[in-house]
Amino acid sequence: MSDASLAADALPVGRPTGHRTVARGESAVVRVVLIGVGLGFLALFLALPLAIVFLEAFARGWGAYRAGIADPDSLSAIQLTLLVAAITIPINVVVGIAGAWAVAKHEFRGKSVLVSLIDLPFSVSPVIAGLVYVLLFGAQGYLGPFLKSQGLQIIFALPGIVLATLFVTFPFIARELIPHMQALGNADEEAALTLGASPWRTFLMVTLPNIKWSLLYGVLLCNARAMGEFGAVAVVSGKIRGLTTTMPLHVEILYNEYMSVAAFAVASLLALLALVTLAAKTFLEWRYADEIVATRRH
Amino acid sequence: MSIASPANHGSAWRERSIVPGFGISFGIIVTALSLIVLIPLAALVLKAASAGPADIWALASSPRVLGALRLSFGAALLAAFVNLVFGVLIAWVLVRYEFPGKRFIDAAVDLPFALPTAVAGIALAAIYAPNGWIGSLLAPLGIKIGYTPAGVLMALIFIGLPFVVRTVQPVLAEMEAELEEAAALLGASRWRTVWSVIVPPVLPAAMTGFVLAFARAVGEYGSVIFIAGNVPMVSEIAPLLIVIRLEQFDYAGAAVIGVLMLVLSFIIILALNLFQGALRRRLGHV
Repeated sequence: MSDASLAADALPVGRPTGHRTVARGESAVVRVVLIGVGLGFLALFLALPLAIVFLEAFARGWGAYRAGIADPDSLSAIQLTLLVAAITIPINVVVGIAGAWAVAKHEFRGKSVLVSLIDLPFSVSPVIAGLVYVLLFGAQGYLGPFLKSQGLQIIFALPGIVLATLFVTFPFIARELIPHMQALGNADEEAALTLGASPWRTFLMVTLPNIKWSLLYGVLLCNARAMGEFGAVAVVSGKIRGLTTTMPLHVEILYNEYMSVAAFAVASLLALLALVTLAAKTFLEWRYADEIVATRRH
Repeated sequence: MSIASPANHGSAWRERSIVPGFGISFGIIVTALSLIVLIPLAALVLKAASAGPADIWALASSPRVLGALRLSFGAALLAAFVNLVFGVLIAWVLVRYEFPGKRFIDAAVDLPFALPTAVAGIALAAIYAPNGWIGSLLAPLGIKIGYTPAGVLMALIFIGLPFVVRTVQPVLAEMEAELEEAAALLGASRWRTVWSVIVPPVLPAAMTGFVLAFARAVGEYGSVIFIAGNVPMVSEIAPLLIVIRLEQFDYAGAAVIGVLMLVLSFIIILALNLFQGALRRRLGHV
């Protein structure tokens, strides 16, 4: 910033109105440059990749797009993805609420350790999240021979995909609920209990209505990750076409077979899911800002 | 355990509370955590240890593994640094300035959290491959991004983009205007005001975002493999080496590389957190 603009900034000090913008502000040139650089960066890294997904998906028209999605393998990938989400999300809801209830409503030693462990999957590579289950349940894994003798298959089958997805989505709901429930405190529950409500009724009628928006927020993020997970699921799935390929894995297979339009067509569905997730998330943040306390860092 | 209640004598490790359900909720979370996260990770360490010191050392010091680790950690640090710079800038622009479409753009920043990594991966490949949308423009100039370490960097910048923005944004929003006004009224130049009033609280928050972006980037797989080209020793990331070992049914080798990655990233994250703590104390913000 030049000396001249500084002098101009310093001038209207005595004026009661508008002094805030003057004292805090940069010159118009600096503003425009900063906004331009920031938006340029976002255009290059966010808007362009998103646009390319749809441009490539429709590169050969609506018919080719439809054919890519209507393919039986694509349809079964969509089904499997929905099934995995339908299994993992209820489990995550129960575990997340339990974790938040224990951490936010009670005081016990080692609480911070528990919270760190709940967050641990965030700092583990998705590939490692898949690897650990192969080591446990794979053909040469620790429990492989036992599972084989029982006729059970976990790796290269649905249970493995569900486990790997559970690993990577483990922290999502608890970490949305914990700060919110801590902020709410115990007063409402204590009142209900003192008035004679049963613990279960207290939870359903008092706690759940209080936390419903932050719970939904967590479910939203959890769902996006569950449907979109690639690395962890890639390791455990075996990628058997039409059987153990989720949508992201199917995208990879199509892409590697140079079926670009079909790959991007399936990818465009996942991109739509991302856009819907963002829209719903933004709506929740805007409408229920006070009830969603957690930091947005997933 | 800040508040010691009179009824605390019951159990030593937990404060008694009128709110019920501690036993069952604690039981569920610890059981789930053990079954889904802790026991499987213990199996990883056990498997890696079963390889024996000689094999572990041979693997850890092999040029291919070292090259992949160097690339994964180097590119993750570099990408986090790029995100640090641009994240602070974007947070600043979003908090301080008004322009059309601002709320929309604010929401769009979270796209990398919502977009599946494989989708990002093939989109980036379609952009930066030598015959891609931007790659084909750069190729005549002799610049290659796709299928080189630069491609890895682009993918890691994409997936780490929201972290610094989201950690810095609330700090900037809550900053008191009065401090800046006071500095300006006392005759400080705008640069001086930025440097001594705005930077001290922003820097630790930006460091938090940096660490999160790094932690995410170092293990990233889906968005990277399509654009990296995966040339051993050049553009092959460490998570891909694990996948390759698994495909060869070399479970122990995969586990060793996995543990190496985890140990290295925890050491780096710990060091960064210590640095951040020191920074916070030095700048006078707790």
